[in-house]
Amino acid sequence: MTYKHTARTALRGLTTNRSRSFLTILGIVIGITSIMLVVSLGAGAQALILGQIQGLGTNTIAVIPGREPTSPSDVTSLYSDSLKEKDLTALKNKANVPGLKSIMPVVFGAGAGSYGANAYQISVFGATELMQEIFDLHPRGEFFTSEDISARADVTVLGSKIVERLFDGTDPLGQKIKIKGRNFRIIGVLPQSGGGSLFNFDDMALVPYSTAQDYILGQKHFSRLIIQAESDIMVSSTAEDIKLTLRESHNITDPTKDDFTVQTQQDLANRLSTITSALTYFLVAVASIALFVGGVGIMNIMLVSVTERTREIGLRKALGATDRDILSQFLLEAVLLTAIGGVIGIILGAMLAFGISIGLSKGLGVDWQFVFPWNGAFLGLGVSGLIGLIFGSYPAKQAAKKSPIEALRYE
Amino acid sequence: MAIIVNIIEVKNLKKLYHDGETETAALTGVTFNVRKGEFLAIMGPSGSGKSTLLHLLGLLDEPSGGSYIFNNKDLTSYTRDQLADLRNREIGFVFQAFNLLPRTTVLENVILPLNYSKVPESKWIQKAKAAINSVGLSHRLYHTSAELSGGEKQRVAIARALVAEPEIIFADEPTGNLDSKSGQQVMSIIQGLNQNEGKTVVLITHETSTAEHAERIIRLMDGGIESDKPVKNRLTAKDEYIK
Repeated sequence: MTYKHTARTALRGLTTNRSRSFLTILGIVIGITSIMLVVSLGAGAQALILGQIQGLGTNTIAVIPGREPTSPSDVTSLYSDSLKEKDLTALKNKANVPGLKSIMPVVFGAGAGSYGANAYQISVFGATELMQEIFDLHPRGEFFTSEDISARADVTVLGSKIVERLFDGTDPLGQKIKIKGRNFRIIGVLPQSGGGSLFNFDDMALVPYSTAQDYILGQKHFSRLIIQAESDIMVSSTAEDIKLTLRESHNITDPTKDDFTVQTQQDLANRLSTITSALTYFLVAVASIALFVGGVGIMNIMLVSVTERTREIGLRKALGATDRDILSQFLLEAVLLTAIGGVIGIILGAMLAFGISIGLSKGLGVDWQFVFPWNGAFLGLGVSGLIGLIFGSYPAKQAAKKSPIEALRYE
Repeated sequence: MAIIVNIIEVKNLKKLYHDGETETAALTGVTFNVRKGEFLAIMGPSGSGKSTLLHLLGLLDEPSGGSYIFNNKDLTSYTRDQLADLRNREIGFVFQAFNLLPRTTVLENVILPLNYSKVPESKWIQKAKAAINSVGLSHRLYHTSAELSGGEKQRVAIARALVAEPEIIFADEPTGNLDSKSGQQVMSIIQGLNQNEGKTVVLITHETSTAEHAERIIRLMDGGIESDKPVKNRLTAKDEYIK
């Protein structure tokens, strides 16, 4: 029997019982739709996060105290006060790190904030004037200056949520907010960052790092050092120079004993990509359960179909069909059934993902791009076909091994 | 003297059925030959083994003992696929229950055996139309089986049996589900196939009036041959053979 004819026969087998065929593939449709949705939204989330990271500038390098934990018990690596003022001085030295364009020490912590009778637990973010450029901040009012840093000035730029919680509609500009018992003059107010933004300053009070170290957090070390390289191509050499300088400053000879981590934007992007991919795979695995259930449904219906069509099988065999002909016919029916389910699932999944991406863009005010997941589509089509093959093979084998005379006699 | 060529040579053919520990003999050992071009009727009451014999002769079932030489081929070592191929090329079946595919047109039903044959697809429609024409149903090509009368259904089944141009036609109670007029028409076609086209026909029936269209009648009783005689006053179907 030719492939063309096997396909035509299989298709006829399916179309004679349309509503049953449709209900049978529903499980596959739901499974593939979920996979498409998850993969598409995963890709959209990844694109959004990477876009935001790249928005920071690809020449940005972060130095984090402590090393990457080597084992779960390697706790000391997580809490470290290894980055100090002398490191800042060493890194600023052009002889040590020639590719360094600018450096910003960052400290962060939490503290009670109050205005009048209102109180709110706020996050304190100590930085320099470079912060405005790096994070592309546009406050109403002003941002603190290098003079404010050297003078340890009691000035702050507030996030929108703090303003909302503490000021009851009063214009906070020029007012004084108490943070950990010390009065700070509000010189700027940030607009709302939006829920989908990777860097959310809505809950934060931005202050000069020197002020934060001495008067709020009481620490001498830095939480981060944010460095900008002269250009993108100098990022890796600059990162190397930073490591060498810090090792020298910390008297470290064995690189595995580093008490700091240098992270480029590329590292961060890779790391976040890995996380979103892992999440996507996990969700795909969950959606696969629906596919498996759909496959069992296919097997069940195919077994019913084989029993119902026992006489037809007998007739075909009497007329010259071989076991292989019957096997291919029923196997192809199962594969066609699941493949059709796969195609419907792909279209439905893409449409849903498109709708959700529009909803997310409008609802969260972020630039969420719809991504058609080609990999999800190919995966979906492949997996659904494979499910047809796997779950269709048992009923097809049952059909093929029927003896022609027993099949013809079947009532 | 004309040389007699046998298409079927059966020696001591047996068929036993096992049901748990009980063994039932459907055929106790039958021996006979069928000439090429002969019209043989096999008769017998229910349970005499006539259907079992037809299934063995039609290669639909395997015997428990004895030998069967079909068209000069000893089938002992034939595989399932080889038997399927032989059924497709050399045997045509007509069943009592017609066994047409539902929701399928006359043309497609008749093409069915060609699906499994080596006949090129370009010739399928032409061959099927010729077979349908030979049973007088050219005006019903695109009707589905549900739209046909019983007699028409059986004529489609005959066209399907003829389409691959087999040597032999096995007909299992072909008039059993038909009224007498349709039965006559079907017998007329079957007789015509034998007399005009030289096809060998093996017909199973329990009606003497149907059996007497044949040249020879084998009567079975309890799985064995009771008698094997030529028909003296052979009947000719009243309806004209539709060509």
